[in-house]
Amino acid sequence: MSSNETPQKATGLHVGTAEPGCKKTDPMLVIDHVKKSFGGLTAVDVEHLEIPKNAITALIGPNGAGKTTLFNLLTGFDTPDTGTWSFEGKSLSGVPSFKVAQMGQVRTFQLTKALSLLTVLDNMKLGAKDQAGEGIFKSLFPRFWKKQDAEIEVKAMELLKRFKLDTKKEDFAASLSGGQRKLLEMARALMTDPVLVMLDEPMAGVNPALTQSLLEHVLNLKNDGMTVLFVEHDMHMVRHIADWVVVMAEGKVVAEGPPDTVMKEQAVIDAYLGAHQDTDLGVITGRIDTINEEESK
Amino acid sequence: MDWGTIINNTLAGLLTPTTIAFALAALGLAMHFGFAGLLNFGIAGFMAIGAYGYAISVLTFGLPWWLGMIIGVLGSIAFAVLLGVPTLRLRGDYLAIVTIAAAEIARLLFLTTAFTDVTGSADGLFGYNSAGGFSSANPFPPGSYGFGPWTYNSETLWVLTFGLGVLALCIWLLWALMRSPWGRVIKGIREDEDAVRALGKNVFAYKMQALIIGGVFGGLGGIVYAAFANVSPGVYVTSITFFIWTALLLGGAATIFGPVIGSVIFWVLQAFLSNILPELAINGILPVDGTQAATLRFVLVGIGLMLLVIYRPQGIFGDKREMTFVK
Amino acid sequence: MNFLSVGNPRRLLKLLIVVFTSLIIGLGLLTPANADTVGEEYDYAVLGNVKIEGVAVGGVRMVVEGSGYSAETLTSDDGSWLIGVPTKDVYSVTLDESTLPAGVVVLEGEPTQEVELGLSGRVVMNFFIGEGERNEVSFVDQFISRFIYGINFGLMLGLASVGLSLVFGTTGLSNFAHGEMVTFGAVAALVFGVFMQLPIWVAIPLAVIASAGMGWSLDAGLWKPLRKKGLGIVQLMIVSIGLSLTMRYIIQFFIGGGTEQLPGFDSPKISLFGAVALSSNDLYSMGISIAVIIGFAVWLIKTKTGKATRAISDNPDLAAASGIDVDKVIRIVWIVAAALAGLSGVLWAYFRPGIKWDMGTQILLLIFAAVTLGGLGTAFGALIGALIVGILVETSGMFIPSDLKYVGALVVLIGVLMFRPQGIMGRKQRIG
Ligand SMILES: Nc1ncnc2c1ncn2[C@@H]1O[C@H](COP(=O)(O)OP(=O)(O)OP(=O)(O)O)[C@@H](O)[C@H]1O
Ligand SMILES: [Mg+2]
Repeated sequence: MSSNETPQKATGLHVGTAEPGCKKTDPMLVIDHVKKSFGGLTAVDVEHLEIPKNAITALIGPNGAGKTTLFNLLTGFDTPDTGTWSFEGKSLSGVPSFKVAQMGQVRTFQLTKALSLLTVLDNMKLGAKDQAGEGIFKSLFPRFWKKQDAEIEVKAMELLKRFKLDTKKEDFAASLSGGQRKLLEMARALMTDPVLVMLDEPMAGVNPALTQSLLEHVLNLKNDGMTVLFVEHDMHMVRHIADWVVVMAEGKVVAEGPPDTVMKEQAVIDAYLGAHQDTDLGVITGRIDTINEEESK
Repeated sequence: MDWGTIINNTLAGLLTPTTIAFALAALGLAMHFGFAGLLNFGIAGFMAIGAYGYAISVLTFGLPWWLGMIIGVLGSIAFAVLLGVPTLRLRGDYLAIVTIAAAEIARLLFLTTAFTDVTGSADGLFGYNSAGGFSSANPFPPGSYGFGPWTYNSETLWVLTFGLGVLALCIWLLWALMRSPWGRVIKGIREDEDAVRALGKNVFAYKMQALIIGGVFGGLGGIVYAAFANVSPGVYVTSITFFIWTALLLGGAATIFGPVIGSVIFWVLQAFLSNILPELAINGILPVDGTQAATLRFVLVGIGLMLLVIYRPQGIFGDKREMTFVK
Repeated sequence: MNFLSVGNPRRLLKLLIVVFTSLIIGLGLLTPANADTVGEEYDYAVLGNVKIEGVAVGGVRMVVEGSGYSAETLTSDDGSWLIGVPTKDVYSVTLDESTLPAGVVVLEGEPTQEVELGLSGRVVMNFFIGEGERNEVSFVDQFISRFIYGINFGLMLGLASVGLSLVFGTTGLSNFAHGEMVTFGAVAALVFGVFMQLPIWVAIPLAVIASAGMGWSLDAGLWKPLRKKGLGIVQLMIVSIGLSLTMRYIIQFFIGGGTEQLPGFDSPKISLFGAVALSSNDLYSMGISIAVIIGFAVWLIKTKTGKATRAISDNPDLAAASGIDVDKVIRIVWIVAAALAGLSGVLWAYFRPGIKWDMGTQILLLIFAAVTLGGLGTAFGALIGALIVGILVETSGMFIPSDLKYVGALVVLIGVLMFRPQGIMGRKQRIG
């Protein structure tokens, strides 16, 4: 199994000690004072955070830590109360989500968003950037877009092959399984030729065999020169592929560093791994009360 | 019972200016709802603005008919923009409420006595077809054309030719748009606009374009209707919107020809019912009086709409898998 | 000001009396050919002549309102006017004093008077006008009285709106047939109170019970099976449109296209203070609305079912998981919503006054406006929204033509959605 070979890890990503908010040698995303609250609850409160370029960064933390909310803020799907952030030196505050994506920062969603009543191939082709046929006037006359569309189709088929979805190209996305939809969403995101790929729990609900191939895809992204930021609860995966780990708890960044060192930090064990084990125990021992408590929160 | 007349009148419903106007409006709704997923319950407002835009341009500003019609179309574009700017960012069901409210606002503004000089208030407008030169642009010499149930005088024939021309153009436009990458984005937005946004598409702009195109179809529906009958505010009520929805769902919302065929079926059925029900009443087969018999056919429209949405939401021609009620 | 009480003889001399055209008979003939007319398509009409010292006054604004109908016109140069009306009913006729020449006022009676269409189908309404001090209802008085009407209207709107809001909250359905549930209540009262001749204090409770039964049967026969079938909310919305058309025309089938009245609809006005006068119907109506709304609020806050209702609105899955019988609660919600809508219909039938097959359709958008204003799915928000809409509709008539008074509310509806889509009381939705 390929997961047994340790992938080549990127090193020398940071400057100084690996503490929350530490400087990176070559940051892709720089976040400052980003804060978001819902009513009384502060979902995200990040003082300073830099995401290294051409590396795989994992964002971990307990449920409700604010990871998805941070994703929403960074990609323009939600607006923060305060704060600024920049992507490759360009400020992104107030930039609408579609422009963020056009700049090369593409995301997937925790709750998979496959476009159910479009075929798998159409899902893919939709991802391609700068299509002449997407303009309303040129769209009327195929001679403006037929050629480009054929090129896009070739590219889409290549990606579909890599993601083992090529046999499904004519099927409606609705007919795919949950794991296949995750793959489709990721492949579709890659159609945009992104610089930074942000994956929100790409492994959730995916069976071990698929996890295997997904892991390879994520590693391939780095080899193709992309930067990856992903949220994940599976510590195996984090240890295995991440070059850098950022830990969030209650909206704040509580630790960051290379995976091996970060996971040994007391703060991380307290905030996340400890809590994680607790919930696991609750499930295993059938302490229903604990679960109900979790739910009613 | 006079079956000859009943059958004759029923078949006549197949091709009338009303059927064409309905088909145009239903085509607009297909763009809005079937393809872009926009819940527009204000199509009557688009039709009213098209019709009034044409009539007022001619009567108040003395413009020629073709310029008046263009202004009617521009009016429906403006209405689409006015509606779209505040609401296209909102959840779908809000759009439904806003469009139905906006259409009512438009109707009440045409109905109020405050602007009687321009709108004719409750009496509506008439005489613009001759004043603007639409009637004299008629290429057909006076006389009787066609055969059997489809016998028309030259004026009706002119309106029908004009209407069919407009309809054919709109069908081509919708078809050309929906097979293109533009159509792919539009369908994607119907499925999940956040996903499309995450791929770098300006969802708001696309929705606005779809709203405008469908709105123009609706406006043209109003114009074609106005080319045939007087412009009266009593026509553009919410019931008309719902009837057009019925026609749309009958044919299939996410299809090109469905809305057209749905409109034809709707009006043929209406013609049939409005002939047979009073006959049945007169002959004592139905224990109702004449007015009640006329009311009965609208009861049947309501029941038909419910059954359709419950048992065959994809319409007669829609693909079951491509059923548009995703949310 | 009373005609006879004008003490000043010089004034008395100046006093001008408008000819009682009606006494001279021959209405059709006397109607001036170029009278400024609206609504000629109707069979019935209110008409008159505005003259001072025999001199015709043109450009005077006349408004006819009643039975949910409203129209206005300006008098022509020969002083004549005619407003067609759809039904043989009681209408209020208003002469807009602000459009009379300076210093000229209505001398006898109020500038607004009631007329009833008689057998002829036409009625003449002339005002005594002449120079004098304008017996104008002061702006403040007028505003207060409209404000109170607005509260009354808002309360009955509230009864209908909380029901719609509850249904939306618990089932996600924007029920377009809610207007017909309002009509149904009024029609049921008509059946019991007029057709069956029951005393009105029996007929109204029976109408509310019948409405509740309607709610029960709609849920049992239609909505619950559709929920089980798993229809999407857009589909359900369109089903409700079909239901609305069906019910509306069934009602027209039975009561026809005219306007019917409930017994005692023309109760006399009681002067309260200043120029503010309310009929006893208005007072009863407000009392009933307030009592029922308080009862409803207690039900929603205190009882187990009420709490369950709110829990389901918050999070249906969680509510179901914590042992709430969702179907049973929704059934109760439908019954309560229908009963409240029915009561609202009865009260509205007195307020308009009149019962018509499409009255519910007329009010539906105002109900939607109230519910949206308050925040979709929050019952108390809907109530506040309804009061705002009611007051807005009634007071806006002072500033814009009365046949545009619903427009104000609808514009506000769109405005609210622009700036605060979650309504006044609602919460923001979670994105993504
Ligand atoms: N739209 C919203 N309205 C109210 N509260 C919200 C909203 N979005 C997020 N929250 C709250 O913000 C907190 C952070 O949520 P978020 O989804 O970011 O967590 P997360 O770290 O992604 O958790 P998970 O690992 O479970 O996905 C949670 O407490 C959540 O309840
Ligand atoms: Mg998350």
